[in-house]
Amino acid sequence: MFGKLTFAAVEQGPIVLVAQLFILFGAVAVIGLLTYFKRWRWLWKEWLTSLDAKKIGVMYIIVALVMLFRGFTDAAMMRTQQALSVGASHGFLEPHHFEQVFTAHGVIMIFFVAMPLMFGLLNLVVPLQIGTRDVAFPFLNSLSFWLFVAGASLAMLSLVIGQFAATGWLAYPPLSELAYSPGVGVDYYIWSLQISGIGTLLAGINFVVTILKKRAPGMTLMRMPIFVWTALASMMLVVVSFPVLTATLGLLFLDRFGAMHFFTSSFGGNMMMYVNLIWTWGHPEVYILVLPAFGVFSEVVSTFSQKRLFGYTSMVGATMAITILSFVVWLHHFFTMGAGADVNSFFGIMTMIIAIPTGVKVFNWLFTMYRGRVLFKTPLLWFLGFVALFTVGGMAGVLLAVPGADFELHNSLFLVAHFHTMIISGVLFGDFAALTYWFPKIFGFRLNEVWGRRAFWGWVVGFMLAFIPLYILGFMGATRRLDHYPAGLGWHPLFIVAAIGVVVLALGGLFQVVQFIKSIRERAQTMDTTGDPWNARTLEWSVSSPAPFYNFARIPHVHSRDAFWEAKHEKIDLAENEPYTDIHLPKNTGMGIYIAATALVFGFAMVWQIMWLVVLTGIALVVLPVIRSFDEDLEYTIPAAEVARLDAAHASTI
Amino acid sequence: MKSTPVLLTESNDLTHTHEQSDTAVFGFWIYIMSDTIIFACLFATYAVLHNNTFGGPGARELFNLPFVLTETLILLTSSFTAGLGILAAHRRNKPQVLGWFIASLVLGLSFLALEFHEFSALIHAGHGPSTSAFLSAYFVLVGTHGLHVAIGALWMVLLLVQVARKALTETNVRRLTMLSLFWHFLDVIWILIFTIVYLMAFV
Repeated sequence: MFGKLTFAAVEQGPIVLVAQLFILFGAVAVIGLLTYFKRWRWLWKEWLTSLDAKKIGVMYIIVALVMLFRGFTDAAMMRTQQALSVGASHGFLEPHHFEQVFTAHGVIMIFFVAMPLMFGLLNLVVPLQIGTRDVAFPFLNSLSFWLFVAGASLAMLSLVIGQFAATGWLAYPPLSELAYSPGVGVDYYIWSLQISGIGTLLAGINFVVTILKKRAPGMTLMRMPIFVWTALASMMLVVVSFPVLTATLGLLFLDRFGAMHFFTSSFGGNMMMYVNLIWTWGHPEVYILVLPAFGVFSEVVSTFSQKRLFGYTSMVGATMAITILSFVVWLHHFFTMGAGADVNSFFGIMTMIIAIPTGVKVFNWLFTMYRGRVLFKTPLLWFLGFVALFTVGGMAGVLLAVPGADFELHNSLFLVAHFHTMIISGVLFGDFAALTYWFPKIFGFRLNEVWGRRAFWGWVVGFMLAFIPLYILGFMGATRRLDHYPAGLGWHPLFIVAAIGVVVLALGGLFQVVQFIKSIRERAQTMDTTGDPWNARTLEWSVSSPAPFYNFARIPHVHSRDAFWEAKHEKIDLAENEPYTDIHLPKNTGMGIYIAATALVFGFAMVWQIMWLVVLTGIALVVLPVIRSFDEDLEYTIPAAEVARLDAAHASTI
Repeated sequence: MKSTPVLLTESNDLTHTHEQSDTAVFGFWIYIMSDTIIFACLFATYAVLHNNTFGGPGARELFNLPFVLTETLILLTSSFTAGLGILAAHRRNKPQVLGWFIASLVLGLSFLALEFHEFSALIHAGHGPSTSAFLSAYFVLVGTHGLHVAIGALWMVLLLVQVARKALTETNVRRLTMLSLFWHFLDVIWILIFTIVYLMAFV
């Protein structure tokens, strides 16, 4: 009746019990608060069923921040374990639990923090920046978001019922095969990634079409803001690389479930094929995350230097070069496979070549600042922190690209330090800069500067304390994913410094929470009535803050790269005195939630092999989209007169 | 800067739906591109594993070329009839649209029946997908194509119902266009399967 599911799946010892109680308490608290304040209807009508890209963007970011808390907790547990577990002491985590913690940390941080933060930003910014009212397929957008939530929920569910994979974040076979991982952990891994991966793929298609088809009149490709360019590059990478992940995890699933032999160590299977396939997705994934962050920095640097971006064309070229090169470097993740000197040199050289377009970008940003009127607001601070740390991390990357050096450093803490430098300073700092920069456009007021600075210093100092010791430890021979090491290696002091770094990082995070609370309470002082709080350059700043639900009362016409800057200075009307017309907007729908909830149950049933439920939800997954396809009443219209009235109301507040 | 623009009250509905159709078809092209990548992975997998028979029979012993050629011809014909159906849809000729797409559906289902027969014969002879890495790769590559054809057939049934119940609306013509794109795409994939999996086994 319930497949492999029994009550034993819930009992897992005291540490997990705390986490389970925490999740349970959190859920009860949220439900209780919503009921007490009678907010269910509001939540459902205004947010959960909304097809407005800006609201979907906000929801993406909220879920991402919750998952960031979970991923950070995992990281803190690992560093605490490593600071304690030396010599005779074995710390507080069992090896099997430690393995799940580092797997969950990687999976959550990449798939359920970095990805949704990036998609949240795209939803908030891309339609506004290209001068359109919504994405190309608003329903698909909602569905993508909810599929991501379903995937994240399934990963969280593994903490409450059963266990997560104990294989490392990419679940290499043969360890992830049924013979060596007989539990449900890898199945949770597969299905949470498959469900959210489908959402990602749909979102990728959606944004490629949005950017290519929905730009305001006059916005040629070479007039797009750099953030839109990087979003386009990133989404093209999603469309090309996520199918590889879907296929690879599908094959692993068939190995486990259908007793097939793609990656097994017998019957002719080839486990290195998995490693090749997963990194064919995995390397572009790095650029999927970091390219939009590069776009953010381009916007931030040019706005806060009050200057046109230096080298726009070379920036576009560099972005596209990185996009293409990202597909010919995957093998550098496993030089030690033994592909031979020729193959390794090819991939080594290709990897080093990526440093060139990246260097072009760094110099363009610096030259933009050169002789600019630089305003040191928080977003610019995040940029400066990024440039310093990212350059160091990038150098470490070029070092790792040398196959000979890589044989020494492969799977050491040096590698861990390298990619955390890239992802924290590149992706996360970029997202933080973006949140501070675009916050007024979404909520109508700016974030507190003082606490923003404190948070910045917490993150930068904490980062250096937490990761510089790992570079050194890597050189000393410490490998990644160690839950215990002998005394007398000289590693212990460095691990303690790293653990202190985690505490400082936590302080940085705490300061951000304070920043949010303080900014909300004192919002009267930072209210943005102009719509253009930073004296910026691109179209999103031409509308009121917060942006109206229809984005633009009249669609702007674009004649140059910094269209809004030009309009501002030459005092011209962006819509060229065109008349107001009726606006068509998509109606809210709960179908995205229904489909994603069904997918969640389907995934859960697959994990525990509850076959009747698999069949039931499988049929529902076909029927629900069909029901949607018969619905023809999908839009509502705001009459031109109403648009004119709303727009006039905004104009009078300036 | 803020002169008051006039109102344009007449409806712009027609251009609005037309634009949406264009965008949707373009989006569907991008989807097909991404689906191509899934097949590319499966082809690569087959290329890597096709000699890993683990001592069992290989492609040359198991496959029957004339049988597969029949499958191929049936699928290609179904693509042709779908193409004629789309031409009829552009002429807004409802009976012809229904006729041609029913023909495609019947041919598509016959293809699936033949494939089902081929698979079950292999499994009954003890050459199932868990016998060797070669057979895993074979069943999953060809089976994924079959699954796509099944989904296409289901979609076809659905659209036939929608077209029969209502007229050939802009929305329905757009959906037919996307379905026929999908159907032709599956044909292209099949030609690659026919060449790489079946023909090359006998070279």
